[in-house]
Amino acid sequence: MSTSLFLPPAGPPSALEMAAADTSSFTQFVARVQPSLLRAGGPANLTADALAPRATTIVALTTAEGVVMAGDRRATMGSMIAQRDIQKVYPADEFSAIGIAGSAGLAVDLVKLFRVELEHYEKIEGSPLTLDGKANRLATMIRGNLGLALQGFVVVPLFAGWDSQAGRGRIFSYDATGGCYEETGYSSVGSGSVFARGALKKLYRPDFSTAKAVSAVVQALFDAADDDSATGGPDLARRIFPVVIAVTAAGSCQIPEAEVAKVTDKVVASRQRRPDGPEAKL
Amino acid sequence: MSAPMFYVSPEQQVKDRAEFARAGIARGRSVIVQRYRDGILFVAENLSQSLHKVSEIYDRIGFAAVGRYNEFDNLRIAGIRHADIRGYAYDRRDVTGRMLANAYAQVLGTIFSAVAEKPYEVELAVAEVGPSPDQDQIFRLTFDGSIADERDFCVMGGAAEQISAALAETYTVASLPQALTTAVRALASDPGQDGPVGVEAIEAAVLDRDRRQTRKFARLSRAQLAAVLDPAPPGPTSPPARQPRRRAGTGTDQNGQHG
Repeated sequence: MSTSLFLPPAGPPSALEMAAADTSSFTQFVARVQPSLLRAGGPANLTADALAPRATTIVALTTAEGVVMAGDRRATMGSMIAQRDIQKVYPADEFSAIGIAGSAGLAVDLVKLFRVELEHYEKIEGSPLTLDGKANRLATMIRGNLGLALQGFVVVPLFAGWDSQAGRGRIFSYDATGGCYEETGYSSVGSGSVFARGALKKLYRPDFSTAKAVSAVVQALFDAADDDSATGGPDLARRIFPVVIAVTAAGSCQIPEAEVAKVTDKVVASRQRRPDGPEAKL
Repeated sequence: MSAPMFYVSPEQQVKDRAEFARAGIARGRSVIVQRYRDGILFVAENLSQSLHKVSEIYDRIGFAAVGRYNEFDNLRIAGIRHADIRGYAYDRRDVTGRMLANAYAQVLGTIFSAVAEKPYEVELAVAEVGPSPDQDQIFRLTFDGSIADERDFCVMGGAAEQISAALAETYTVASLPQALTTAVRALASDPGQDGPVGVEAIEAAVLDRDRRQTRKFARLSRAQLAAVLDPAPPGPTSPPARQPRRRAGTGTDQNGQHG
């Protein structure tokens, strides 16, 4: 296997071989040399979505410094909780983050592939893709999953990052057919997204600092968990808290768990006084 | 009418091919790969800002090369693909410098002994930064597929011997600024070089053990290099660092063909 990835040692490569080797896309390259590593696609007549756990709510908002993205930690299978501490928000590369809702196994695999895709391009070309390029690439990957989506294995990501050319944070949302839509201000996906979005609508300010934004996403996820059974609230007994990632001009970093714990404790304490959360001024 | 075929002994054939490859490599400017306190430092003499001689392969693995640009760039891309597919199929920790160096040795060895092929005029270094300094590794690969495990540093390119001798005298496991200064000074011992090597002719990168990201490779920008190499702000009185001059008889070095 090892030498097959290198150019053939004997004879100059033909024009066709040169053209065939000319790709910076990791996915396309794997599809060519080892297609079995990519997940199986294609439609079938069965619907089997009950086979796989589902991951739920992701929220993201832009701040004065970039973007903040967060996700709850619950995966469900029907009415059962499949996992309490699943991670659904990841840094995609140094200047972007991806969160996923939908069929958990496929979604986690998609994130893994997407991260290699971005890194592979950057290493081969010597410079990273633009933020729009990354968002577009993700759209193509989601579209590739359409066959499985029709059988119930839907994967819907939320993508956000720092656009170094525009000098600001940007958010992109997707649908199961690979449609990619830029969002202004804030966005949310997954089963609890309706409630999270409602919360963000009242809390969001465009001039948020990263710290303020972290508190806003924790509040929004609390509201999602409050009204959606598939979204997990903060697990105070087991100390399981949302995963929060901030992306700024300095790069992407996960907010340390201790810090998220502190914010969550504060939110939970304030909810004991006012269970519906902070009051918006009229 | 085809040319008559003569018997050439394998010894002679290998000798001719090695001579051809060596001549190609000797035309290029040199690269130093060395260990420093917090990882591995790559320093290359390179006037181009975009045609790199030093590159990232994987989380902890870097690559440096001298010789024909198109040939080593092919090998660089093949290495990235090899590493990425391994890491995707198994785990990121299953991609090692030794594995990659072996793959390169196989390819270079095969090309070198294929009679119908001209040998590659390249020399490579594959370096891996370990979790602790004693696990750092530097492999050096020559055009014929030979592989060597270097302890502290390796020098490749036209004036490798002179630069290697100069570096051996001053080398210690030092901090990054000190290691960078020593390496750049050693590069100036190239006999084709008249004076110090200026910042604009240096390409440098590190595999930094303490980098927060899983990807330990980072390029050093011109500004970062200048801050270490000429700390005094350039005034009209300071003597300008001269551009490296091509050595006599380097007719083919027109467009970065031999880096």
